[in-house]
Amino acid sequence: MDNAQLFVITVVIITLITVGGGISLAIVLYKANSLMNKMKSVPAPDVIPEHGGHEAGLMETTRTDRWWFEPTWTGLGFLCFVIYANWAGFQGEHYWHGSYLSPFYSPVLFVDTVRVGAAPIEHAWFGLWPDWLRTIWPPFFPTSPAWLILAGPLAFRLTCYYYRKFYYRAYFLNPAACAVGAMPSNILLGPNSDQKYKGETALFLFQNLHRFTWYLAVVYIGLLSWDGFLSLWEGGKLFKGEFGIGVGSIILIINPLLLATYTFGCHSCRHLVGGRKNSFSGSIGARIRFSLWKKATWLNQRHMLCAWMSMIWVGFSDFYVRMCSMGIINDINTW
Amino acid sequence: MSKHTFRIWRGDSSSGEFVTYRTEVDEGMVVLDVLHRIQSEQAGDMALRWNCKAGKCGSCGMEVNGKPRLACMTRMNTYSDQEVITVQPMRTFPVIKDLVCDVSWNYEQNKKINPFRPSSAQSDGRYIMSQEDVDRVQEFRKCIECYLCQDVCHVLRDHKRQDVFVGPRFMIRAAGLEMHPLDTEDRIGMIRDELGSGYCNITRCCTDVCPENITITDNGIIPLKERVADRYYDPVIWLTTKISSAIKTTLKN
Repeated sequence: MDNAQLFVITVVIITLITVGGGISLAIVLYKANSLMNKMKSVPAPDVIPEHGGHEAGLMETTRTDRWWFEPTWTGLGFLCFVIYANWAGFQGEHYWHGSYLSPFYSPVLFVDTVRVGAAPIEHAWFGLWPDWLRTIWPPFFPTSPAWLILAGPLAFRLTCYYYRKFYYRAYFLNPAACAVGAMPSNILLGPNSDQKYKGETALFLFQNLHRFTWYLAVVYIGLLSWDGFLSLWEGGKLFKGEFGIGVGSIILIINPLLLATYTFGCHSCRHLVGGRKNSFSGSIGARIRFSLWKKATWLNQRHMLCAWMSMIWVGFSDFYVRMCSMGIINDINTW
Repeated sequence: MSKHTFRIWRGDSSSGEFVTYRTEVDEGMVVLDVLHRIQSEQAGDMALRWNCKAGKCGSCGMEVNGKPRLACMTRMNTYSDQEVITVQPMRTFPVIKDLVCDVSWNYEQNKKINPFRPSSAQSDGRYIMSQEDVDRVQEFRKCIECYLCQDVCHVLRDHKRQDVFVGPRFMIRAAGLEMHPLDTEDRIGMIRDELGSGYCNITRCCTDVCPENITITDNGIIPLKERVADRYYDPVIWLTTKISSAIKTTLKN
């Protein structure tokens, strides 16, 4: 079986998993209560009619609109990305083509040159995949440099205020939508437990570290911008290879630009550049802060759009480089 | 003119039920107009709170087809005449009668917030506030205290954590004071410990239902959470603040 066949089969499997997962999620969101109630001869203990005709319980609501639509598509969309990113990271090969480096693998810290479609040795920061790393590397994991760097961007998105909104809604059902019954806090310990909702004061206290992940994200924008710049030289050899441009170069240059719209519209960035001050007037410093804060605010108002566009483009960039590396797509370029 | 069916919750703090009414709806009517027509023609004892009929007093907050809304700002032409319109009192607060709730818990939360305290040097009323500083805090002053945000907040609505979280309305009141350029009161500890900023998980329902379009979460609660992070979770900011204040003190002396 050649690589192209393997890829097609994998894509089909991923599609089946995501569509299946999405349909399951939609069913859970839309019908969970009625299904649960049908299965039980007595009402669930947490479904207690309250005054005002409201009922308490998971996803209880009198809303008549399609409230389940948004958490379903966002939950499904992100699930697709996570599955693709993991699959791409798991491959450990076909992440380099000509002068193009997949953003899932940037920066390449160590490279295993034996693997097909791996980056050239001169593009690895610390050279060949070291023996000490091989000894501690899980045997069932391919020697993929993606695993060494994916935690940074993942941590930034995981603690992002927009992503928190969508995953608390779509995955934690807390709440799935506005005025729709939230997940009871005692769902794991049972109805007799006195477990209470703690929000972001206990397990999720780590969300307060979002600003540190933002610092990392800024570094990644620099690294990916450099990759975009290098993609303009044949073989990724700065000033040594022939200067030119290809479709892949354009894709890899757009990638950090989109990531920048997401990163510099971050709530923590908006706070750090000026929001933490009480006055925007008076000194030159205050006026500079106001100018930066206004720009961050403009991006912040489009944070959701930037989050999705940048995330999809990162996946698409990897997909394009992978397709070129596997010989499925012929890159159009000036070389 | 068309006929619509309304399913209105009638009752008090001890019991109640949905009662169905069918009534004529004229062009341009809002839900509050229809409730008044039902009150005058079919249910003279139906209780509902209202005042300005212009979306500015915040009295007629209720839930229409499950969504927290002001009845006076909910136009009837957004519903088809086939649709049964369900009207309920707000869920988060105790019912007094029919569509009227006891919202007095909110007044108690308001008392927890330390009031505005200008520095003595600038309390003579001669300070001219710049427009950019006005704009930021003015947004929070648009609040009409309808308490729809309090009603929809799942921390209060579903989890009943009134013991630890004051709700979005009072987070933005704290934000308005905290971001005021003349204010010298330090509320950061209070925002975390007494107002419960950590209990908000940013699902933005408060922003979605606000009839004044205040960006409660992004402009109010998140900046407060970030200020709490400055104080308690960021050693870099903590160290920078300590060093800069030490330098300022040394230079003064």
